[in-house]
Amino acid sequence: MAEGAKTIAIEVLRYRPEQDAAPVVQTYEVPFTDDMSVLQGLQYIKDHLDGTLSFRWSCRMAICGSCGMMIDGKPRLSCKTFLREFAAARVRVEALAHFPIERDLVAGVDDFLAKLERIKPYLIPREPRRLDEGEYLQTPHQLEQYEQFSSCINCMLCYAACPQYGLDSKFTGPGVLALLHRYNADSRDGGRAERMELVNAEEGVWSCTAVGYCSEVCPKAVDPANAVNQNKVNSAQDYFLRFLRFGGAGK
Amino acid sequence: MSGRRPYVRSMSGWWRRDPFFVRYMIREATALIVALYALVLLAGALCLSAGEGAWNGWLAMLRSPVSIAVHVLMLAAMIYHTYSWFEIMPKTMPAVFVGGRRLAATTITMLGLAAAVAATVALFVVVRMLGP
Amino acid sequence: MKRSNAPVFWGLFGAGGMLSALFAPMLVFITGIAVPLGLLLPRDLMSYPRMLAFARHWAGKTFVFAVIALFIWHAAHRIFHSLHDVGIRTGPLARLLCYGSAALVSALALWSLWAIGF
Repeated sequence: MAEGAKTIAIEVLRYRPEQDAAPVVQTYEVPFTDDMSVLQGLQYIKDHLDGTLSFRWSCRMAICGSCGMMIDGKPRLSCKTFLREFAAARVRVEALAHFPIERDLVAGVDDFLAKLERIKPYLIPREPRRLDEGEYLQTPHQLEQYEQFSSCINCMLCYAACPQYGLDSKFTGPGVLALLHRYNADSRDGGRAERMELVNAEEGVWSCTAVGYCSEVCPKAVDPANAVNQNKVNSAQDYFLRFLRFGGAGK
Repeated sequence: MSGRRPYVRSMSGWWRRDPFFVRYMIREATALIVALYALVLLAGALCLSAGEGAWNGWLAMLRSPVSIAVHVLMLAAMIYHTYSWFEIMPKTMPAVFVGGRRLAATTITMLGLAAAVAATVALFVVVRMLGP
Repeated sequence: MKRSNAPVFWGLFGAGGMLSALFAPMLVFITGIAVPLGLLLPRDLMSYPRMLAFARHWAGKTFVFAVIALFIWHAAHRIFHSLHDVGIRTGPLARLLCYGSAALVSALALWSLWAIGF
C-alpha cells in the first residue's frame, strides 16, 4: 500500500442473529484507491480486518444482481458504486431495505423468489408449434415492445426503493410485475389471460401508487414503474370489458 | 435447528429518508387542495341554489383577505399538481412511436405541460369573451 | 386471488387528475383571485344573474358538476392511499369515509344544480 493512501470509514450495519438482539453499526477504516468499488471495500474488510463480515456478491460487474445493498441510504449495487464518490470520507452500508436482515448485509429474499415463480415467467405459446414450422420470427419493432423489461437482473433494488412493498409485502412488487409484462408483451407469448388474475388483484398492480423510485434506482433501465402502471390500464380494460367477452367469462 | 432469526426493520418515517420520497408526499398532498377547492365550489353551488343573498355572501367571502391568501396558496399547489401529474404521466403509457422512433418520457411530459398551458389560456379567453 | 375494484376509483382519480391538471390553476385564479379583486377580469363576471343563467344552462350544469365531482373523486382516491402511506390502517372504515365523502359531495352538487333550476 502506497504511503499516505486515502482511507474511508465504512460504517456497516452488522447483525449476527446468534449474538445480536438488534443490528449495530461497526465502522472500519479502509484504505482505497479511486478505482475501488464499495464491494472491493467490503472485500478488503473481510480479507484484512474482519473475516466475520457477511455479504453477497458474484460477478462484480453489475450483471448477476447479487450485491444490492443500501449505500448511504440509497439502493445500489456495491460493485457499481465507487468509494471515491463519498467526499465526506465515510459511507454507510446496510442490507437492502424492505427485506428482513438474515445476517449483516445479507437480506432475506425468500418472498421475492416465491413471487417470481407465481407469475409464470416463461413463454406460454399462443398455439402449439411443430418443430418443422421452424423458429419464431420477430421484427425489431416486436422486440422493442418487451426488450427493456427482459434486462432485469433480479437485483431487487426496486423492492428496496418501493415504499408500498416496504409497507405491505403482499404487494407483488415492481421487478416481478416488470417480468410479467415482459412475457405479456412478447409476441410469441399467449399466456396473458392466465397472468391477469394476479395483475387484477389488490396485490397486483393496484398496490402501486406511482412513486416511481423503482425506475430511478434500476441499474439496468428496466423502468418497472412503466411496466406496472401500463398494466393498470390493461387491468382497468379487463375490469370494464369483461362482460363483453364471449360467453361472459370473467369473475 | 436453523440459526435464522431475520430482523425486520421499521418503516416509520420512511418518506423523510430521501428527497425523492418527500417530493412524492408533496405531490400526494396536493389532493388536499383539490378537495378543498371542490368544497369551495360546492359551497358556491349550494349558495347559488339558496338565492341572491346567499350567493352574494359567498362572493363576499371570496373577497376577504384570508380567502385571497388561501387561493394564492391553492394556485401554487394546483400548479405543482399540474407539473407532477405530467411528470408521472409517461409511466402510465405504453411506448409511443413517432416516425419509427420512441418518444422520450420527457417529451411526453413537455407535450402534457404544453396542453395545460393551452387549456389555461383557452379557459381565460372563453371566460373573458363570455363576460360583460 | 380476488379481483380488485380499484379500476373504478382509479378511473375517476385519473379523470379528475387530468381535468384538474389542465384547468384547476386557471379556475382557482379566476374564481378566487381575479374576479374577487377585479384583476384582469370584471368583478361582476360572477354576479348572481350571470351565474344563475350559467348554472341553469345544460352546459354550465355539466361543467360545474364535472369539476366538483371529478375533483373530489380524484382527491378521495389519493387521500385514501396517502393515509396508508403515513401508517394509518386503511380498512373498510377509511374507505367508507374517503369515498363516502366524495359520494356525498357529488350528491350535494347534483342536488344544488337541480335546485338552481333550468
